[in-house]
This record gives sequence, structure tokens and C-alpha cells, in this order.
Amino acid sequence: MADTVLRVDHVAVHFGGLVAIADMNFHVAEGEIVSLIGPNGAGKTTAFNVMTGFLAPTKGAVTFRGTDLSGRKPHAIADLGLIRTFQRTSVFPNDTVYDNVLMGLHRQGKVGLAAAILGLPRARALEKAQRARAAELVQWIGLEARANDLAGSLSYGEQRLVGVALALAAQPTMLLLDEPVSGMNASETHTFVQLIRSLRDRGVTILLVEHDMPMVMSVSDRIVVLNYGRIIAEGPPDEIRNNPAVIEAYLGQGAKDVIREVASHA
Amino acid sequence: MSRIATLIGLALFLSVPLWLTDPYLLNALITTGIFIIGAMSLNLLLGFTGQLSLGHIAFFGIGAYVSALTSLGFDVPIYGDFHIVHMPWPPIAGFGLAIVIAGLCGYLVGRLSFRVRGAYFVIVTISFAEVVRLVALNWVDLTQGPLALTNIPSITVGLPGLGYLTLKTKLQNYYLVLTVAAIAYALIWRLVHSHHGRAMRGLMENETLATAVGIDVTKTLTLAAVISAAIAGAAGSLYAHYIRIIDPDVFAFISTVTMVIMVVSGGKGSLAGPVVGGVIFGLLPVFLRPIMPPEAQWITYGVVLIVILFVMPRGIVPSLATRLGLARAGGTRRATMAEPTVAERA
Repeated sequence: MADTVLRVDHVAVHFGGLVAIADMNFHVAEGEIVSLIGPNGAGKTTAFNVMTGFLAPTKGAVTFRGTDLSGRKPHAIADLGLIRTFQRTSVFPNDTVYDNVLMGLHRQGKVGLAAAILGLPRARALEKAQRARAAELVQWIGLEARANDLAGSLSYGEQRLVGVALALAAQPTMLLLDEPVSGMNASETHTFVQLIRSLRDRGVTILLVEHDMPMVMSVSDRIVVLNYGRIIAEGPPDEIRNNPAVIEAYLGQGAKDVIREVASHA
Repeated sequence: MSRIATLIGLALFLSVPLWLTDPYLLNALITTGIFIIGAMSLNLLLGFTGQLSLGHIAFFGIGAYVSALTSLGFDVPIYGDFHIVHMPWPPIAGFGLAIVIAGLCGYLVGRLSFRVRGAYFVIVTISFAEVVRLVALNWVDLTQGPLALTNIPSITVGLPGLGYLTLKTKLQNYYLVLTVAAIAYALIWRLVHSHHGRAMRGLMENETLATAVGIDVTKTLTLAAVISAAIAGAAGSLYAHYIRIIDPDVFAFISTVTMVIMVVSGGKGSLAGPVVGGVIFGLLPVFLRPIMPPEAQWITYGVVLIVILFVMPRGIVPSLATRLGLARAGGTRRATMAEPTVAERA
């Protein structure tokens, strides 16, 4: 069994009286692709926000590669190599695609203020390397033709890709993708799945939240199902597909038989 | 392309004293120049991090007072018989200290006020400026309060091998201001095109995403505030040694508003914006004065501002750049990726 990269331990999040996450326990191992699914309002995005420091859990702890993340700010967590993407606002809209990726490279490009202002050789060399790296990443996501267009002018699906390139630029060892294929058409989704797989092959562990079930089923090693802030099932896609609790959560009782039929064709 | 425009602009400013000899106009240009430096520093905050500081004149005033007091000396009773006495130092030392202390104040204000954003940040900065003004007004032992600090010496520069030169004439001061402005311009240019500048722009456009890729909000914003305040302090110092008398009116709120007008009309987030806006709104009153009564002058001033923002809502420089096809108008411009796109943004 591979090492555990991310561990979520008895995490609970309460907003006043509302329980967004009741008690969440799961882990992601090195090199895995894990999906977090569940109906709307199940607490998936809340879970992401806790893992990346945007939200402090009411109870419990998140550990990333042995480091307890409680009390750390988002940028400090990013510095550990845990990077996320966002559902809606995934890009810097008023900058070009290329500059977006350059901003994502911030973590690698830190040079002192004086060096940057005076243009010392080290700063220049680093800047040059970053530009090359940014160009490479833009090419890798297949958007080189739109490199100099404002990210805000791109289609939804393309913006998603830019969001991923941005996140990759930060050199994550683990990537959290929040609904990465929403707004993509079937062929874009297909390409994206291959992109995720090749990322994993490069050694990036992936946790994703997604509503597109065929996509989730095809890409995941393991699926964690969340409903009403609780984990109701966990396992490989085939097992989840036929899990009665999951089917009930998505469609209510009585629909199980119909769904089993549909799911097996997905 | 913008590099050429910048050099043409610089050459134009360098040549001004050759064809403009009227001392009154030259004086107007010098004070306008000093305010343009202030506006450039404000633009670093407003245009590149999106934070509106309406107390920016505080740093300018702090620079002016620090510089004046350093070169005049002071004797301030603190407690009982305990006095702090400072003997006069050369004005150039005052200039340096003005930059350092204004920068330090920028750091403190930044650390305290960047916990809040938007309207809250604006209010914190206004309050800061007002507090500083009241201190300058009431700490009479140090600042002479409303009696003003007078007889502030002109700046003296040491020329290697040539002795010392005291910058007394308008011509000398014009070039002094131009030099400082050029340095400030170059400094801001380098800063915003470095990864520090990208971090600032990232925070302005999408703070959540910026932090998610590892950009430290507080550090980045504080850095911008420190540099911005330090440049404003330098402008304040130039002001003190040129006008040679300062009183607490130097902290007037209207001066901040003037800087904001210069930045917004010229184009915030554009390096040349504050210069263009500054020249227009710095010199407009000078040209209006002889041709119309005071009430009409202010009305005209307002009308010019409204017309500019109505016709070019993003400010003069960005709008013109788009119209001339120089800037990154979404999707219309094509450049190779090896050619850094940021170079054209200025």
C-alpha cells in the first residue's frame, strides 16, 4: 500500500446551527485519483475549503504528508505542494492565458525585491526560465493558439483548462480539482480525462469533486460518496455504481432498480 | 513600443527648460511634477493592487515634515527637563530619512489596515491621514503647528570632484524633480513587471485564486504599501525643500483627491497614466486662472474630468493605447509567446 498523502480525520464543519460536514474521515494515497461525489449541498466544496485552509474546521484535522494543516493560511498550504482549482472563478480574467500561468509560477519564482528591481542576473535567469516554463505549460494544455488572449474572453471549458495550468504551474504534489469538467463538452471532457491520467503518471496525486458521473467512473481509482455531510460509501467505481445507499442518495428510494440499469450502461 | 513612447516623453520633459523660460510656468511644472511623483506612488497601490488609499497625502506630508525637521533641527521637551535635541543635518540626509520613515509608516499602516478591504480600507487610510494632520497641528514644540516650519534649506548635492551645489534656481529644481520622477517611474516599472508585480495583479483580479497558488496576500500588499509610501515620502521631501515652508495644510484631504484624479483620469494600472493625468490636472488651473473667474475655473476643472472619464472610462493612456492597437485588447493582438507580453503593457 502506498503512503498516505492526505488524511482527513474526524472533520466537522458547522456554520452556526447548520452542519455542513458532520464527521468526515478519509484518506488519499500517493499516486491515486480519488473522486469526492455527492448530491448538491452534500458538503463537497466545504470539504475542499477545509483542506486548503480557506475554512477552519469546527472539529478534526487535515494532515498533508504528515503536516497538520490546522491554522495554516491558504498560501502556506500551497507552499507545501497542495494546490486547488476553483469551481467558478478559476482564472485571472483580465490577464492573458500566458500571464495567468506566469502568476501560477509565483511559488517557484521568488527572488528578493532588490534583485527583481535591479534586474540582477539571478532574477533575469529565473524570469527567463519561468517564461519558458509558462510557454511549455500553455502548450501542454493545448491553448498555445490563445496564449495572448485575455483569460476572461475564453470559453468556459478553456477557462477550466487555464485554471488547471495555473494550478500545475505551482508545482503541486497533490491537486484538488473542484468540478473541473463542468461546462466542457464531451470531447473536451475526454481530453481532460487523459490530461488527468497523464498528470497522475507524472506523480501528482489527485482528488476531484465532480458531477459528471461517466467521467468520475472512468477516471477514479476510488470514490468517496458524501451526503448530508457524512460519508455514506467509499470504494472503487464498480462497487459505488451498485451501492444501494448511493443510488438512494442521488435519486431517492424506489429508483434503485431503474438506476442500476442506467448506471451499468454509463 | 511603449518603451519608445516613454523615451520620447522623457526627452520632451528634458527639453522643457529650453523652450519654456517663464518662471511662473516653470514653477507650476515643478509643483505639478512633485504631485505627479505622489500620483505615481498612489497608482502603485490603486492601479496595481486595487486598493484605494484616500490617506495617501499622509505619507507625502510625513516625508515633508521629516525632511524639513532633519535639515532644520529641533529641540523638543519630552518629560520634565528631558529634551530631544537634533542639530541640523544636510537636506539630502533629510531626503533619505523622509523616504525611510514614510516607508516605515507605510509598513505599519499596511500591516494594520490590510486586514480589511474595500470601503473599510479606505476609511482606515483617511483616518490615518487625519490623525497625522492633527499631530502636526498640535505638537507645536516639534512642528510649530499652524505657525509653519519656515526657512527650510534648499537641497544641496555633492558633485564628486566639483564641490557642492545648492539647488536654488527653478531650473535646477526642475531637473531635480525630473530625476526623482524618472527614478520612481523606473522603479515602479521594474517592480510591476517582476513576479512581485504579477502577485499584486493576481490579488487584484482574483484574491482567492491568488492565495490558492501560493501568493501571500499580506506580504504582497504590504510590500506595495511600503514602496508606495516611500516614493510619496520622497515627493514630500522635494516639496518641503522647494517651497521652503510647510504647515499642516500639507495634509489637506483635497491633495489626496487631486492625486486620485490624476491617476484615474490618466489611467490607473498604467505606468504613464499618472504622468499624463498629472500634467493635465496639474497645469489646468494654471491655464484657466488668467482666462476666467475662480468659480468658473473649478466648474471647468470638473467638466474636463467628467468628459475625460465619459469618453475614456479606463483613463486616457489605456484608452488611447487600445485605440492605437498597442495594448492587449482581448483577442485582437497577436504576439509570439517568446515575446513577453508584459513588455507592451506599460
